[in-house]
Parts: sequence; structure tokens; C-alpha cells
Amino acid sequence: MDKIHSHRQVAAIKHSLFDQGYLDEQFIQLEELQDDANPNFVEEIVTLYYRDSSRLISNLDHTLERNPLDFNKLDTLMHQFKGSSSSIGAKRVKAECTLFREYCRARNGEGCRRSFQQMKKEYATLRKKLETYFQLARQAGPLETAYRPK
Amino acid sequence: MDNGCFSSPRCDFPAGLRVLVVDDDPTWLKILEKMLKKCNYEVTTCCLARHALNLLRERKDGYDIVISDVNMPDMDGFKLLEHVGLEMDLPVIMMSVDGETSRVMKGVQHGACDYLLKPIRMKELRNIWQHVFRKRIHEAKEFESFESFESIHLMRNGSELSDDGNLFAVEDVTSTKKRKDADNKHDDKECTDPSSTKKARVVWSVDLHQKFVKAVNQIGFDKVGPKKILDLMNVPWLTRENVASHLQKYRLYLSRIQKENDQRSSSCGMKHSDFPSKDLGSFGFQNPVNKQRDVSIDSYNYSDGSLQLPNVETKSHEGDPKRIVSQSTIAKKGRALNGSITDTNMRESLRVGLNQTFAPLESEGNHAVFDCSIPTQYSWTEVPDMQLKEEHKSLVHLEDSFNQMPLHGKQHHIHVDQSQSVASISSAPSITGEEVAACIEAKPLFSDYKNDHGSSVNSIGNAVDTFPIQPGSLVMNDQSLEPISTTNSGLKTQGYNNLSCIPDLEIYQRSLLLGSEAASAPLDADLHFHWLQGDCYNMNFGLQSIGMSEYYDPGLIAEAPTHLYDSADYSVIDQGLFIA
Repeated sequence: MDKIHSHRQVAAIKHSLFDQGYLDEQFIQLEELQDDANPNFVEEIVTLYYRDSSRLISNLDHTLERNPLDFNKLDTLMHQFKGSSSSIGAKRVKAECTLFREYCRARNGEGCRRSFQQMKKEYATLRKKLETYFQLARQAGPLETAYRPK
Repeated sequence: MDNGCFSSPRCDFPAGLRVLVVDDDPTWLKILEKMLKKCNYEVTTCCLARHALNLLRERKDGYDIVISDVNMPDMDGFKLLEHVGLEMDLPVIMMSVDGETSRVMKGVQHGACDYLLKPIRMKELRNIWQHVFRKRIHEAKEFESFESFESIHLMRNGSELSDDGNLFAVEDVTSTKKRKDADNKHDDKECTDPSSTKKARVVWSVDLHQKFVKAVNQIGFDKVGPKKILDLMNVPWLTRENVASHLQKYRLYLSRIQKENDQRSSSCGMKHSDFPSKDLGSFGFQNPVNKQRDVSIDSYNYSDGSLQLPNVETKSHEGDPKRIVSQSTIAKKGRALNGSITDTNMRESLRVGLNQTFAPLESEGNHAVFDCSIPTQYSWTEVPDMQLKEEHKSLVHLEDSFNQMPLHGKQHHIHVDQSQSVASISSAPSITGEEVAACIEAKPLFSDYKNDHGSSVNSIGNAVDTFPIQPGSLVMNDQSLEPISTTNSGLKTQGYNNLSCIPDLEIYQRSLLLGSEAASAPLDADLHFHWLQGDCYNMNFGLQSIGMSEYYDPGLIAEAPTHLYDSADYSVIDQGLFIA
């Protein structure tokens, strides 16, 4: 019973992530790739994403501190970051990236900074939620065991 | 690689498709790898474009398709795309999170066969095999035979010259085989017993092939026919069909070499060059290597009578002499050639040729021959003459070994790879062969030809100098040309003539005269398929081509020519090649 409950919990978290627009279809794609050969594939990918993208974020931070702003470079960096974020289906993060790039094209420094802050918030929020999700999923164990008769 | 590689074609295509993924984003790289593995593809990942190019260059036939991101730190994705297309002629798929029309258009312009938007769905990756298949079909149809022959030659040379040759040959065989696989799958011949046209698979050993070549040369490039060859060869167990199919392949092979030469030189860009209608020589020769002639593939459709030769671009600077792009006068060939080879085909053949390490060399040689012999705008006799003349001159500059067709060498050197591609143009099959023959014979025969080409020839000769390999390659062409003498495979024959080093002026003369005959004899598509059936050939050829490249290594050049030019060597080479 506990297991089933855990699984339900996990499922609920996932649904809310989708409902609230944190994740998109790409995340499901990743889950479909998960198999016996790579049982923790999704988590590995997310971990990899957060590790690699932190580098991009610090780059963006530095570039935003410059004066005057190098919008081309910012655009390029954000383009990279957006591509990376699309890999795990980070929907909200991606939306902020798009907004950021629009500000870049408009040469709107203030808009860029604002949008960048917002993006970082979404990025952090998603990370926490996914961490919880994976933790619970691991605790719940494979779905089959939940229904194994005692 | 062992011969066994090509003895068992992949019947489960597209499973096992060898994909190279290039993306600087590690997350995507991992995802794509997993996705592709789920599609049962063989995946290799790479996060640097430079590294990817190295991988591709190291194993020329190690991959079937490349998927690359557009935005990469060390190299622009489009640049990588260009390189891959030119050097390896592999289908390339671009990816990006940016789906702007302009970007997509740029991708297509640079030669991408598809442009995927990130996030990429697995179903999109499932179908990437179609690009490989499509290419194979095109290649197989037009150049399978060329490749085979080519590889045979290459293999022979390669095995003779060095172990590398064998290595290459093997690899090439595999690649050829892979190509064939696609085709075989298509034809369903590989997987089953190829019995539709032949009773039994004939293994064209080196000796056998030598006999074949000798017979072809004896009969006359342009007059050759399966029955005649069969009679001359005097091999009791050989059937007419065997010879016929082998002949086709031989022709295609020559054409292909020519084509490849062309391709290489023109960076796959061929546009209709404006040949001075009267001046064939000027056509090919006057355009110095530097001149980049874009011979549109269309030109290969000889029907319009203007075969455009891609400008010879010596790609030697790339460190690959084979690349030497020769300004083949392929355009010239266009004259009477039936444009059986469509642009696509040409490109593909060229690309194919490019892939073949050997191809460049040979094709160039062939190409040169081609140019010589294929006067697109002139009558048969005319054109070859011009060609020959020029070729003579250029040949003179070339190594001595090119006694036959020094000129060829020159031009070829540029075209070596191209000739193959030109060969593909084989639409003017007969012409090609003849022309080639003419070119080869040019020296003695066409001494009285116009001299205006001389200068151009000389210039080409210089160009040739840069590519020492050329002479060797030319020689090869000569050889190949001769045997082919049949008009049907003008291009093919060229390739063959080159290979066979047949310094038989008479034959060439005849070839020249045959012009008309050749011109009218379009490559028989069936021939291609016949050729295709002999996948073992292809394999060998592939190897050959590989070997050739190896062979043509500047360092080896000194040796190569002798080997190449000697018909006896040819048979030796055959031995190496006809492993099947």
C-alpha cells in the first residue's frame, strides 16, 4: 500500500509539473528512453543539464556585468542555454530565454537583466521540484514491486 | 577488415547504421546517443567539430551519416557540413534550437539533407536512414560499377604498394559493400543468391580481370563487346553474361573515376561552363587549375552537348593529393553523352568518388582522359584530338611512367578523382571511353593536334607537379581506358583505361574514331545493375580505391607509376583486388 501511495505521489508531482508548465513533452521523451540499460536515465540527464548549464549561467552573469553590454554575445550565450534547456523540456526556463533574446535584439539592457533574473528563478525552482520528484521516485521504487503480493 | 565483410551484406538495414553525432552540448549528446541506440543504430558521439572531422577522415567509410548541431564553439556547423559533404560525401543532418527560415535555408544551401529542430523527437531520428538509403541508391545506380572497378584497381595497387592499400581496400570494400547493401536491399540480390542475371557468381580474379582487360584492349576500346572479349579471353567456364556484366562495371568504373575527378576539382560544384565550342583544349586546359569551373551537374546531362568540367581545384593544400580537382573537361563530354547521369547522380558519384580515398587519384586520371576524349561539342574525332593534344603536353610534364598519357595524368591529376565522377557522367559512355583512350594515346597520335592547348596543358602540367600522384593515377586510367574501349561506357572506360595503362595507340585511335558510336551508346542502366550484382566487385573496387589513395600517396608515387603502368602489374593488382 505504501508503495502504491508513493507511486501516486510521484505521479501527482509529475502531473503538476506539467500542468504548471514547468515541463513539456520532451521530458516524456526522456522517460520513454529510460530502460533496463539506463534505469535512471532521466535523472542522469537532468543532473548533466544542471551541471553544464551552470557554466553557461555564470558566463551570462559575467557578460551582463560588462558595460556596455555586448548584446550579440549575450544572444549567442542565451541561444546555447536555450538549446540546452530544451533537452530536458524545461518549458518555463525556455520561455524566459526567448524573452531574453528578444530584449537582446532590441538592445534593451534592462529588459535583459530582468528577464535573466526571472529565468534564474525558474531554473532554480524547477531544479528543486525535480530533485524532490526523483527522490520520491527512487523511494517508490520500480512500479512493479508496488504490486507484488507479500 | 577482411573480405568477409562484404560477403555478408546487411540485410537488416537500417539497423546498425553508423551515425556520428556532433554537438557541443553534453546533455543533448547523451540524449541523442540514447535515442539513436534505441533505433538500433551504431552511435559515435563527438563534442568538437574538429574532432569529428578527424574521426571522419580517419575512417573514411566508418560512418553512414552525420548529425551535427549548427552552433558549436570551435567551428560553425555549416562549415563542418561543407567539409563533410566535400570530403566524405556523407549525408549530414543539421540540428538547432533555432528554426528560423533563414537558418534552415542556409543549412540546405550548404548541403544538409535535413534540418531538425530541437527538441528532437525520437521518431525524427528513426527515419534518418532514408537519407543514407537515398544516397546509396543514387550512387549504386550510377557508380556502383565504377566503384567496383575502381576499387579493384585500387586494391591491386594498394596491395602492391603497401599494406595500407590493403587496409584501404578493405575499408573501401566495406563501404562499397555498404553502399551496395542499400542497393542490395533494394534489389534484394545481396541477401539472396544473385542469380537473376548470372548463373553463378563469377569471381573476377586479378588474372581473369587482366585477361579481360587485355582482350578489351586487343579488340579495341570502342569495338569491344562481350562476345569478342569472351572469345579472346578463352576462358572456358566464363559465360557471355559474365563478361557483359563485368564490362559494364568496368565502364562505369571508369566513368566514375572521371566523375570523381571532376567532382573533386569542382568541389562538387559544376555549372555549365562555357566551353569554347571550338576549343576543347581551352576548355579543360586553358582553365588553369585555379579557375574554378562550376560545372553544374546538369552539364553532365550530355544531351545538351556541353559537359562541364568542374574546375580543377587542387585540394592538395588540404593535404590530400587525391583531392586534386582537375578541371576535367567533363563538360565537353556532355556533347554526345546521354545525360543518363543526372546532376544528383553526378554529385553523388563525385561524392562517392571523394569518399574513396583512391577515387581522387584515379578519377583525376580518368577525368583527364575524359576531358581529352570527350569533346562535348565536337565530333568524336575532333574532341579527342584536342584533348589528346593537351593531354600530351601535360602528360609530358608528368612522370615518365605516364608514357601513355602524360597529359592525361596532368589533367587527370586534377581530375583523378573527378574522372570518376565524370565517369559517372557516363551518359556519354562510349565517348568517354574513347576519349579516354584517345587521351591516353594522345601523345603519339595527336601530336599534330592543335597546339593551342599546349599552353594550357603546360599549366596543367605544373599543376600536376604539385600532385605527383597524378602520373600514377593517370597510368591507371590508361589502363582502365583501354579495356573499356566499348563506347558504352565512355566514362567508365576511361576509368578503366587509366587503370590499365594501355598505351595502345591504336586502340585509342579507334576509340576516337568511334566517337560517334560511343556517343550514341548511352550507359545502359541495366549495366549498372548488373554491376551492382557483383557486389564483390564493389567491395574490391572499394578497396582498390582505397588502395589507390594510399597508392597515390606522394610518398608512394614513385613506385606507383611503375606499378600502374605496367599491365602486368595490373594483373597483380587484380589479384589483390579480386579477393572475392
